[in-house]
Amino acid sequence: MTGTGRVSDAAHRRRIPAPLAGLRAVAPVLVLLVALLVALAVVDPGFFDPERLLAFLRRSAPLVILAAGQYLVIVSGGFDLSVGAVVTTGVVVAAELFNLAPGLPWLVVVAVLLLGGLLVGVVNGIVSTVFAVPSFIATLGMMLVLQGAVFFWTQGAPRGYLPEDYRMLGRSAVPGAEWLPWAVVVLAVVGLAAVLFMRSDTGRTLVATGDNDVAAGLAGVRVARLRTLAFALSGVAAAVAAILVGGFTGVSAQAGSGYEFQAITAVVLGGVALGGGRGSVVAAMAGAFSLQALFTLLTLLGVSGAWESAVQGVIVITAVAVGGISWSRRSRRTHQPVREPV
Amino acid sequence: MRTRTRTRTVGVAVAAVALLVAGCASDLPDAGAGPSAGDGTEADATDSEFFDQAEYDRQLALRDAVPDGPADRPWEQALDPEYVPTEEYRQDGPYHLCFSNAGLFNPWRSVGWRTMRAEVDLHPEIAEFTVLDAQGQDDKQISDIQSLTGQDCDLLIVSPNTTATLTPAVAAACERLPVIVFDRGVDTDCPVTFISPIGGYAYGAAGAEFLAETVEPGGQVLALRISPGVDVLEHRWAAAERVFEDSDLEVVGVQFTEDDPATVKNTVSDYIQRFGGLDGVWMDAGATAVAAVEAFEDAGVPVPPITGEDQQDFLQAWDERGLTAVAPGYPTFQWRTPVLAALRVLGGQEVPERWVLPQPVITQDTLDDYLQPDMPPQHYALCGCEDLPDFPAAWGG
Repeated sequence: MTGTGRVSDAAHRRRIPAPLAGLRAVAPVLVLLVALLVALAVVDPGFFDPERLLAFLRRSAPLVILAAGQYLVIVSGGFDLSVGAVVTTGVVVAAELFNLAPGLPWLVVVAVLLLGGLLVGVVNGIVSTVFAVPSFIATLGMMLVLQGAVFFWTQGAPRGYLPEDYRMLGRSAVPGAEWLPWAVVVLAVVGLAAVLFMRSDTGRTLVATGDNDVAAGLAGVRVARLRTLAFALSGVAAAVAAILVGGFTGVSAQAGSGYEFQAITAVVLGGVALGGGRGSVVAAMAGAFSLQALFTLLTLLGVSGAWESAVQGVIVITAVAVGGISWSRRSRRTHQPVREPV
Repeated sequence: MRTRTRTRTVGVAVAAVALLVAGCASDLPDAGAGPSAGDGTEADATDSEFFDQAEYDRQLALRDAVPDGPADRPWEQALDPEYVPTEEYRQDGPYHLCFSNAGLFNPWRSVGWRTMRAEVDLHPEIAEFTVLDAQGQDDKQISDIQSLTGQDCDLLIVSPNTTATLTPAVAAACERLPVIVFDRGVDTDCPVTFISPIGGYAYGAAGAEFLAETVEPGGQVLALRISPGVDVLEHRWAAAERVFEDSDLEVVGVQFTEDDPATVKNTVSDYIQRFGGLDGVWMDAGATAVAAVEAFEDAGVPVPPITGEDQQDFLQAWDERGLTAVAPGYPTFQWRTPVLAALRVLGGQEVPERWVLPQPVITQDTLDDYLQPDMPPQHYALCGCEDLPDFPAAWGG
């Protein structure tokens, strides 16, 4: 029941036990994920070797973490288009820092990146709440600002290398457990934190704010502060993704390109309502796994990379359309009686 | 009322996301290679619309041509030149040169652009150098060229974004002032000279021939390509495909990577796991070659023979890890040549009508000459910029 809308929780509580109500929100994307995994097993029977499954988890980690951050923003009623640019900026800035100060401890750079992600998120939040700029525009602007700044700084060719110890989180395995990549550990920690956050009062209030910010405000919720928190956490998630992406492959001026769109696709695939107020963070992360499984499947089938974005576009439109249909029916059936007292 | 608001929000969101899709898609070239592009190994290679047998033969022959020009300045050399007189363009300096650049959208162009600027600074007779950057957009470059021809430029240098679309704009400019085209060509011979290295066929063949020589017969080779439908990249693959067909190697996969290192690393990892290893990797560009090398390392298997390019990160990985590798180049030193050509044209000296520059291939024997550990990872060793003022600082070193 993690992150299921407060209102619909209340509606279901009378008839369905709470855990099952939560399952209901996650179910469609789980069916999709299982279907994709079965397809992968058919196309490539070796896919389920433990080693390869862990490789799949590691590969999915950045997108799943971004999807968790994006979920927080979307469920509270916004969008965060800046995450891809934050990833690119994080990778390039880390390389530049090591270029300027070669002996820098890697944890310092990690801390700088996390703070930077937090800062970007806070600015996104303040611009979209205090200055009332629609978050779509605010974060689009942030994306362009960051892209332009990175380009201006690097002139298209980033400097510096990422040292091995910094790259450990994205590339290496846990010492003493060589089968376990660090990225999977990071993924597990972030995933768990996201679930716990959504089960907390703050998380539930976030969903309620996305569902109806006027009502939430009247009920005493500090809407602007809460939404800013969502953006800030999304920024931090993007910084974590930047650490993993940079660690996995090293410096690239295109490291994060397309990630904002993939993260939104993943969240939508998880059945989270655009506009906020409905959906679970587990489903959003499952959506990210599904998207990654789909990309893997397309590669295995030899489908050209050019088709990947086309397929992604079709998925997004289909998922929103299907979600919209079931939402309008369900809202008529279950939500109106609940609203009356409000 | 809530429902209506939500519907509108979702509608806006869908439209916005659709816009994003369109935005992403516009970066992709037309999928000219068709649905079979994913595994082009099965297709009859002679069907490719990007293959031109005569041009292929010409490029492979040019690799052995003896260049005309100073040996230590390859950007001044020309292969099989046919000189044309330029007396009609002679004028006294100082000169006002103009340049319409396709854009600075990758490190190759960044390195080239820095090199060109430094070359311009070497010549006091160039009083003014006006540059417009088209940011990778054909329509912007068309208006850039129109704008520059309306100014008092003495000569116009063009690095076209695409061939066919820019042809009319270049042809119109030719009627007003002397034009020099470099890198990618146009479908008109009105420019005084067209400058470029040998070309994509020679580039692609160099890597494939290296693999055919170094990989055991019957070996499994993975080909990594950036994206379908880009002519220069299609030429590279078309030539490699021919070489592989005539060899004993088996091309087990042809994958598009969009030049993304993560995609490269994941793709190579998948192939290693599925085929229990690979015997060779061919790449149509080297920006992501280190990611491919790391995929083998992370899988704990030896790195097989691999082709890269003249980026420093690859050359260093090659040197430090003792790879069996080759680095065909598409030299960035060609950005110096248009400036020198412009001064020759305005000075009334003859220039090659088709100025074909040498296209060095870095091998084990010449690797040490191109290693520059203090340069940035995506610095191109074939920049020919070492003798220019402010090297290496201006190139990020």
